[in-house]
Amino acid sequence: MADFQTPQIREYPTIPALQPNSMAHLKPYIAAPAHQEALGFPGELVENWQQKAIEAMGDLLGKYRSLRVFLDSCVKCGSCTDKCHYFIGTADPKNMPVARQDLLRSVYRYYFTPAGKLGQKLGENSFIHKLIGARPMTEAVLDEWYSYFHQCSQCRRCSVFCPYGIDTAEISMAAREIMDRVGRGQKYCNEILGKVHKVGNNLGLPGPALEDTLAGLEEDIEMETGVKVRLPVDEEGCDILLITPSADFFAEPHMDGLIGYAKVFHEAGVSWTLSSYASEGANFSMFIGSYANLKKAAERIRKAAIDLKVKRIVVGECGHAWRVAYSFWNTAAGIGAGADPDDKYAQELQKQLDPRYPIPQHICEFTWDLIRQGKLKFDKSRNDHRVVTFHDSCNVARASRMGDKPGGQFEIPRSVIKSVVNNYVDMDPDTIHEKTFCCGGGGGLLTDDLMEIRVKGALPRMEALKSVVNQNKVTNLAAICAICKSQFTKVLPYYDMPMDMVVSVHQLVSDALILKGQEEDEPQTAAAE
Amino acid sequence: MGTISINGKSIETDEEGYLTNIGDWDRDIAGELAKSENIDMTESHWEVVDFLREYYQEYQIAPAVRVLTKAIGKKLGPEKGNSKYLYELFPYGPAKQACKIAGLPKPTGCI
Repeated sequence: MADFQTPQIREYPTIPALQPNSMAHLKPYIAAPAHQEALGFPGELVENWQQKAIEAMGDLLGKYRSLRVFLDSCVKCGSCTDKCHYFIGTADPKNMPVARQDLLRSVYRYYFTPAGKLGQKLGENSFIHKLIGARPMTEAVLDEWYSYFHQCSQCRRCSVFCPYGIDTAEISMAAREIMDRVGRGQKYCNEILGKVHKVGNNLGLPGPALEDTLAGLEEDIEMETGVKVRLPVDEEGCDILLITPSADFFAEPHMDGLIGYAKVFHEAGVSWTLSSYASEGANFSMFIGSYANLKKAAERIRKAAIDLKVKRIVVGECGHAWRVAYSFWNTAAGIGAGADPDDKYAQELQKQLDPRYPIPQHICEFTWDLIRQGKLKFDKSRNDHRVVTFHDSCNVARASRMGDKPGGQFEIPRSVIKSVVNNYVDMDPDTIHEKTFCCGGGGGLLTDDLMEIRVKGALPRMEALKSVVNQNKVTNLAAICAICKSQFTKVLPYYDMPMDMVVSVHQLVSDALILKGQEEDEPQTAAAE
Repeated sequence: MGTISINGKSIETDEEGYLTNIGDWDRDIAGELAKSENIDMTESHWEVVDFLREYYQEYQIAPAVRVLTKAIGKKLGPEKGNSKYLYELFPYGPAKQACKIAGLPKPTGCI
């Protein structure tokens, strides 16, 4: 099926020999007019799109001081060049973070810097423009943007190594926002976001289908454990509203994670519910840099929380959802302090939510808290057929936190895993924690039309994984992000590893958890090997 | 956008070959869609495709793989109610490939 070469696993990481423009052919499907208009963008490329693009850039520069600082402050030191998984996997120099930034920076310099403006007086492509690396906005530039800004997963690994902290993700988001505003959107992100606004989740899963799915899971849990564990939906007056990626209702191994959350809630003795109105944690607005859409999607969750009169909001295993929840929900929707004083509903919700708990709270924080209190009983030997490693998801690792200490986002998921499995190893330290490599499918690239970049970009993660598979007999890769889980399931076979080695962290929890009233097993010998 | 031609009719599909309009579907078109996926439709394939269409009619969405395997197991016997069986029939994934042949829209999201 693939018409590209899967990169070779290398013994040692080396900087690849450059293959200029080797990825220029790759472009995702363009959003249809209906997908665009549902998000408030023009359906097709507008007539005076150059002018509109420059206006949009000016607007973003005025709104986001950071964007201007990032565009102005690069000194071309080269520190970022070999840090991007897409560059490592493709060898295309335009996938070096600095080069990706320059796609936009060159246009910024042309229209928004004194030198660029002076150059314009001398002609369209004057020597000044050549001197400062400035170029006008043209069809060719737009095409290049569309291609290479959809080869960035906004993982922010490069920013960790940049001495100025320049965040390529923010530049990539700005570029996508500008393209959306002139009518050149990406189908995958925009179609999905439209479904969130209309149906309430990325899948377009209607309420009755959700109920049927959850009923099926309740049946499965009871068959497996003999204990009735509920997965309630739209129940008013519960303590907790669970906001989780809708992949948890649909894909494997995501659903096993959902079963894990349900079992943990059950053991905690708290009342909880899902919402059929706001049945999505993911918020692809972040990928396309659209604050207006981000707020609109977050407000759906606010409405559900108010209508269901919950006291707490817990977020399931989803990487960018946790970034949005942790960093944006407070001001965007009143989930946490800081909402606009005139925003009546946000103010109402701020008063409604219980301040004794983190607002919002990550499911790993929730579970870890119970483990520390000794409220969960585990039989770790049930996971003895596994040797587990953990993949830090970029948005959790580099754009958020868990717990009350720096680095909690690295420690808490690992502490949860180590509480439920006996065999745990980490991958190479240069590929975990804040230096984690993206799965290759983040930032709105998890679509079949971008399979080539997904497979190639997975290379560094696959290398680190293969190494622990060979040296430490790792059998499972645990993750806390729906995108990571789906991406790995798809790309692992390209690297000769089994797709089902991906597990949800709460699947490991689920497998080891002994529910009250559940008969304990006889000590089991490891089934595999 | 693309089209598939069959029996002198031209049917509209999206870029990835999924039918634009689910109402256009019939068994001949399913056969054409299967050909484009390099799948030889057998009775076992039809069982899955028929189930998908029934599920879609009720819930307006394709079922999750887990829901699908469970339902197939209940209906057609436990030896068929597992994802290995479904992946053998539809190597690129029952959710996406079988849905396409059944004329359903492609499931979207982080899946």
